[in-house]
This record gives sequence, structure tokens and C-alpha cells, in this order.
Amino acid sequence: MMTPASEAETAEMVASTKSALLIQGGGTRNIGAQNIGTPFSTAALSGVRLYEPGALTIVAGAGTPMAEIEATLASESQRLAFEPVDHRGVLGTNGTPTIGGAVAANVSGPRRIQAGACRDSLLGVRFVDGAGRILKNGGRVMKNVTGYDLVKLMAGSWGTLGVLTEVSLKVQAIPEAAGTVTLRGLDATAATKAMSAALGSPYDVSGAAHLPVGKDGTAVTMIRVEGLETSVAYRTEKLKAMLASTGADIEITHDAATAAQAWAWVRDVTPFHNGAGDVWRISVKPTDGPQVVAAIEARAPGAQVIYDWGGGLIWVEVTADTDVRALVSQGHATLMRASDATKDRLGVFQPEPAPLAALSAGLRTKFDPRSILNPGLME
Amino acid sequence: MDMPTPNPEVLAKKGRVVSRLRQVLPADAVISDEAETRAYECDALTAYRCPPLAAVLPASTEEVAAVLKICHDENVPVVPRGAGTSLAGGSMPTADSIILGVARMTEVLETDYENRFIRVQTGRTNLSVSGAVEEDGFFYAPDPSSQLACAIAGNIAMNSGGAHCLKYGVTTNNLMGVTMVTMDGEIMEIGGAHLDAGGLDLLGVICGSEGQLGVVTEATLRILHKPEGARPVLMGFDSNEVAGQCVSDIIKAGILPVAIEFMDRPCIRATEDFAKAGYPDCEALLIIEVEGSDQEIDAQLERILAIARTHNPVELRESSSTEESARIWLGRKSAFGAMGQINDYMCLDGTIPVSQLPYVLRRIGELSKDYGLDVGNVFHAGDGNMHPLILFDANKPGDLEKCEAFGADILRLCVEVGGCLTGEHGVGIEKRDLMVDQYAAADLDIQMAVKDVFDPKWLLNPAKVFPLQSSEPRRMAAE
Repeated sequence: MMTPASEAETAEMVASTKSALLIQGGGTRNIGAQNIGTPFSTAALSGVRLYEPGALTIVAGAGTPMAEIEATLASESQRLAFEPVDHRGVLGTNGTPTIGGAVAANVSGPRRIQAGACRDSLLGVRFVDGAGRILKNGGRVMKNVTGYDLVKLMAGSWGTLGVLTEVSLKVQAIPEAAGTVTLRGLDATAATKAMSAALGSPYDVSGAAHLPVGKDGTAVTMIRVEGLETSVAYRTEKLKAMLASTGADIEITHDAATAAQAWAWVRDVTPFHNGAGDVWRISVKPTDGPQVVAAIEARAPGAQVIYDWGGGLIWVEVTADTDVRALVSQGHATLMRASDATKDRLGVFQPEPAPLAALSAGLRTKFDPRSILNPGLME
Repeated sequence: MDMPTPNPEVLAKKGRVVSRLRQVLPADAVISDEAETRAYECDALTAYRCPPLAAVLPASTEEVAAVLKICHDENVPVVPRGAGTSLAGGSMPTADSIILGVARMTEVLETDYENRFIRVQTGRTNLSVSGAVEEDGFFYAPDPSSQLACAIAGNIAMNSGGAHCLKYGVTTNNLMGVTMVTMDGEIMEIGGAHLDAGGLDLLGVICGSEGQLGVVTEATLRILHKPEGARPVLMGFDSNEVAGQCVSDIIKAGILPVAIEFMDRPCIRATEDFAKAGYPDCEALLIIEVEGSDQEIDAQLERILAIARTHNPVELRESSSTEESARIWLGRKSAFGAMGQINDYMCLDGTIPVSQLPYVLRRIGELSKDYGLDVGNVFHAGDGNMHPLILFDANKPGDLEKCEAFGADILRLCVEVGGCLTGEHGVGIEKRDLMVDQYAAADLDIQMAVKDVFDPKWLLNPAKVFPLQSSEPRRMAAE
């Protein structure tokens, strides 16, 4: 394990390596099939470098534990808007999730539909490319169109374009209240319709998820609003009235602890923890979701499903070695959990259409000319 | 402004290039007459002009691809153009280039309320995207102040912002997918009605690349339901510091207004003379707008006003009607026009960390005295995106150069305090040579390496974004 203690040391180590590196934050999202190369950890590039609550910005070393970021923000009643997923349970990994890891995987939870993905909160990056050069892009201000936006490119590049050393992010205030409207007994099509209606309303919904089999065994659809107390009370009642026509049994929850637990359950894909099946993460046009799932269930009876992002994000647990991707015509599917053999056979990431694959390959060659940074991970 | 020497080979084969373009486009879509090409000699950065070799106005993605194939084949540079409203010279032609305008591509291709997106051809204006969904209660959030005229193509190229991006984000946060044609004429779909990329986020780097990576012909844009209502409040303070502190306190208190606009005394006075909005004569003025139902607006404004009162405002003005709201916005919306009445002006666009606001305003005041040019400040305070307006006289020899030097000093100041050269206008030719103040050589090199991948011959939108000296080896190698 190589663990550089500074950005300069990161650059030296990358420049002088003769073989492939397996870039890791806390090692909680090792979804690659091969995971080849010498483990290279950013864990020592840790610490909050700057935090300005009045400017809603935080700058931290890439290896800073997510828990430290969240605690720092919570001390000023702030948080990361994109509600980062903790993948340890679903992927069966140990380790300490880091802010750099969340950025590298562009990890976004239920609030993605309202507040944007991790990449939308990311204001700037510092990183070391495959030639060992220290580079920066973006900065720490909220509006910045100075030159090409490599910040977005680095988010979700899974360490294949560079080793992140420092990230700056936009943060948000924790609203004083949250409320969840829960509908019971809807099938996937009706639930998707209900979520679309809620998301297409003026009530600023910050979460919309559907569990065909909820904790108590029945189908549960959850719609969340956050804000001032008066606002949450008003909006949840409006949503309840609006969704009455679904015929579902509707209740409103204002209890913060219960709601936080329920949304963390969706965010961290808790129903699939410790399961034996493969886990896929699928991004589709929300109204396509129910057909895609029907096709999956036809091919792999017993498939388990969670819909998030108003139906646009589908987590599926299926019998090992099922090619779920073949059933997704529009959008993309990532094989998050499976045996190495299955990952080799099906590929972890969605293959890109030829012209895009050529551009991506071209970018990789420029950023990592020796092909040493997580080689092959995204291909 | 230095521009590269036009390629004499290209100038010499104008006739052949134009006739090849006529083979793939209708007769009225190829403009080569010298009197007519002059219509494309500049964008909204009117200080610099140069008629292009020719201009083309394709009507479809396929026609765009056909044009690019020919230009690629003939090694002719191409300058993509939306509506030509760039303040940074983003679509400024070179003498050896073809202007590729998307003005004829204005169709709405698909509207989907259930999945909350609209797909349009990119020649469509920003405001008419919202216009297409307005009756059904929806809108497209990014709202640059040129929204009546500016095209989605240019919004994507420059990653345009607007007054309401504090809550809704800028173009890149509302762009879901594009149809793009690369310089070699290849058509590709990137993103779409689903969220996020399955591989590298190519969409993220295309947005804001100033038309240098490809020509975006169609776009899938996120639409939202309009809020139930919106209402502004106006507050005046006797110092910039106090106004800045008030903004910071509101943000820290967890209230997220949709807009926080700031005007300083020179700007307030100019707009009062011009628009007579009845603004107080004070050092700094804030307009803060919140959204929601009436009771939600009341609840938010109550908090905001309580915070404002702790800073001893010289004025607090609430609105109780649409007319009063319009009056509060009137001066702000007339600010640019008002400054233009006094003199020619140059509008800057640097962004700073909001904590640096008082210091930066003080330094701008000092620089104003040093240069002997007046400056008014109007900007989006919530996100630190400043718009200093420097007044100068275009007819006075040397005044434009003095103004540009002053502007460059302000932008360097923005970078020095931790900000950037441009928050929403783009680099274009205007800030190209200042890029070295924000980025080290290697930082620019990796950006140029991205262009190498998308446009290996360096033909798309030449002489923008990168200092000519930095890009020279690549441009030479490509020729």
C-alpha cells in the first residue's frame, strides 16, 4: 500500500511508479472486476482546509473521512446537498468512506433529484494526473466558467483520470423541518405516476422513492419535502390532497428520526445488504422504470427492486450472473456487486456507443498516458 | 486584441469552399457576399470586429454535419454562433473562418412533463424554452439577463447563469443531454432523459467549452413547475461591509432565497436618474427574492427582515402587490441601461468568495480613482458573481485601452482573493490572455489536451479561451 502524505509526495509517487496503481479513498467502493495494481491510498491527504459557512463552501483533502466532513458541517447546521450514499453495507466492504471517494464515484442519494448530483456540488478539484503532474480546475466559488469544466469530468471518473488530492464543495443549510408523505399499496406504474405528479408540482420535493416491498411487507411510496416548519406542514398537506386520487392509504410523518432512518434505508440500499444476489444500479427515464423492471422480473424471477429519484434510479438484486443490462435500452446500468467472473463477463460499467467510447479513450490517454491509474476499471 | 494571422491558403480557396457548402445547403443558407457577411463580424463585444470568410445557416443536425465535414476536409476554421449575444467575444469570427449559425434551428422536439424535460433545437432562445411550457405551469430555470435574445446553443457553450441560479443552478445543472456534431462531422448523442453519465461525464465538459469541442444542435433540458408565487424585499445599508455581512447572515441562517442582488451607490444613483424606481440614496442596496405560497413567503421574509434589522438598515421596503414588486426590481433591471445612458461601459463578470466582498469593493473604488474611470457595481451577491460596470468614452482615444487595463486589474483582484475571472459570461477573446493569472501552464495544458481529443485539427472556434501563446504549438502542429 502506498500512502502519500502530501500532494507533492502523491505526484512523486505517481511519476516514479513503474506499474499500475489501484487508487483508493477508504476502499469502500472497489467495484472493479480486476482491482489490479498496487493499492494507492489518499487516506493521508486528510483534513478540512477551509470552511466558510457564510459562503456555503468547504475545501478538504480528498482522503478526509466523510464522517469528519459531515460533523464539521453539522456544527454549523449545514450538510452536503447530494446526500452521499454509504456503500459499505451493499458492497460488503469495510473501511472509511472519504469525500474524495464520493467525488470520484459521483455518489448521490435521494436528494439528487432536487439538489443535483455530487458533481453539481463540486466547485473545484486538485489532482495528480498519470504523468505525475499536479493540476487544478475550478476553484471555491459558486459560479465559475473560466476555461473548460474538468471538475465535472473528474467527478465520476473513478480515479482513472487522476488521483484527487483536494476537493471544494458547495454545501447547504440543514432545513429546520422535513416531512414525508407515505402512500401504501401502489404498484410500480401507479407509484411512478404519483412520484412524477409530486415532482411536477410546485412543492419542491427533495426525495421520491418506491419500495415494492417495504419494511412491513407492503408496497411503500415516500415523498419528502424539507424547509421551514410552516412550509413543510403546508406542502405535505397539499401533496396529500393532490395524491388522494391514487386511492392509496396516505399518511404524513413529521418525526425527524423516523424519516431520517427511512431515507437512509433507501439511500444505502439497506434491503440488499448481506444478500447473495448480484446488485445492479440502473439510471432510466422515470416512466420507463416499470417496464424495465417487468422485463428483469421475467428473466430473473424473484428479483428485488428499489426505485429512487422519482423512479429514475433503480436498484435491483437478481440471481447471480443475470445480464440485466441487456434489458435496459435507454439509460445505463452498472454492475455494483457480483463475482469477479460475472463482472468480467458482463462488464461493470455500461459500454459507451462507439463515438463516445473513442472520446473517453482519447481523454484517458491524455490524462493517463501510461495507463497506470485504475487501468481498465471503467472500460 | 491579437488574433492569429488568417491562413492565406484558406483565404485563397474561398470560392471552392463556398461552392462545396452550396452543394449541401439551400442557396439562402450560405452567405458569402462581403456586404452580407458583415452582419456576423462581431457579437455583443462590439469593440472587436472581423467579417468571416462566409456564414452558413443550416436547418438540421444533418446539415450541420455536412458543413463540418467539408470544413474539416478543407481545413477551414468554424466559429459556431447562437444568437451572437456573447459579451466575451465568444463568437467573434476570424477572417479565414466560417460562421456556423444555428438561428434556423428553433423547434421544440419533445415536451415531457411526467419526466420533466424538454428537448429543443439549440437555436431556440432561452426565454422561448420557458415560453413553450409556461401555459402548463412549467419553466426552464437558468435566466441570463439576455434571455429574450440569447440562444440555448450559446447558453450551453458558455454555461450561462442568471439571477436565480442561487437556488436553481446554472446551465450545466439543468442540462440532461445533447446531440452534438464533432468537427469531423460525426453526430453523437450524449446523455438524455435519464440522470448522470454511465461512463465519463462528457456532457459536463462539453457544457462551458465555448463551442470548441463540438457543435451542439439539440438539447434535453430539465424543466420545473413554477413556484406558487415570488416576492422581493428591498433593503438599504450605509456601508458595503454591513450589506455583505447581512447576506452572509441570511445564508448562514439556512434561508435560501432565489435571488440576492446587490447594487452600490454609483449604480443606485445612475439607475435612479434613469429609471426613477424610488431607491433610497445609500451606500449599498440589496434585493432579495423568495418563493412559495403567500404564507411560505411571509414566513421566509419574516426571518430575513429580522436578520436585516440587526444590521440597522437605512431602509426596508416590503411589497404588498405585484406593482410594488415590479418597482423593487425596476432599478435593478434597468441598471445596465442606466449605465449605458451615462457612457459606454464594459461589464465584467469575476466571481469572488462572498466573504471578500467588502475588501474587493474597496479595492475597486481605489482602482477607479487611480484610473480616473467611474465604476458601478451590480451583482449576484449570494454567489459572489460580480458585475462591475466600468464607464468610458469609446470616442476618446486611449479610453478603451485604459478601461481594459482597469478591467484586467479587477479580474486579477478576483483571482487573488480566491475567485475567478468569469462567473457566467465565459472567457472568449476578452479574458483569454488573463487565463495565465488563474491557471498554471500545466492546468491550461490539460484543458488544451481535452480539445486535442475532440478537435485534433484545432479548427473549432479559434483563438478563444486559451492565450494565443499557450495554444500556438498546438495550432502550428495542426496546420
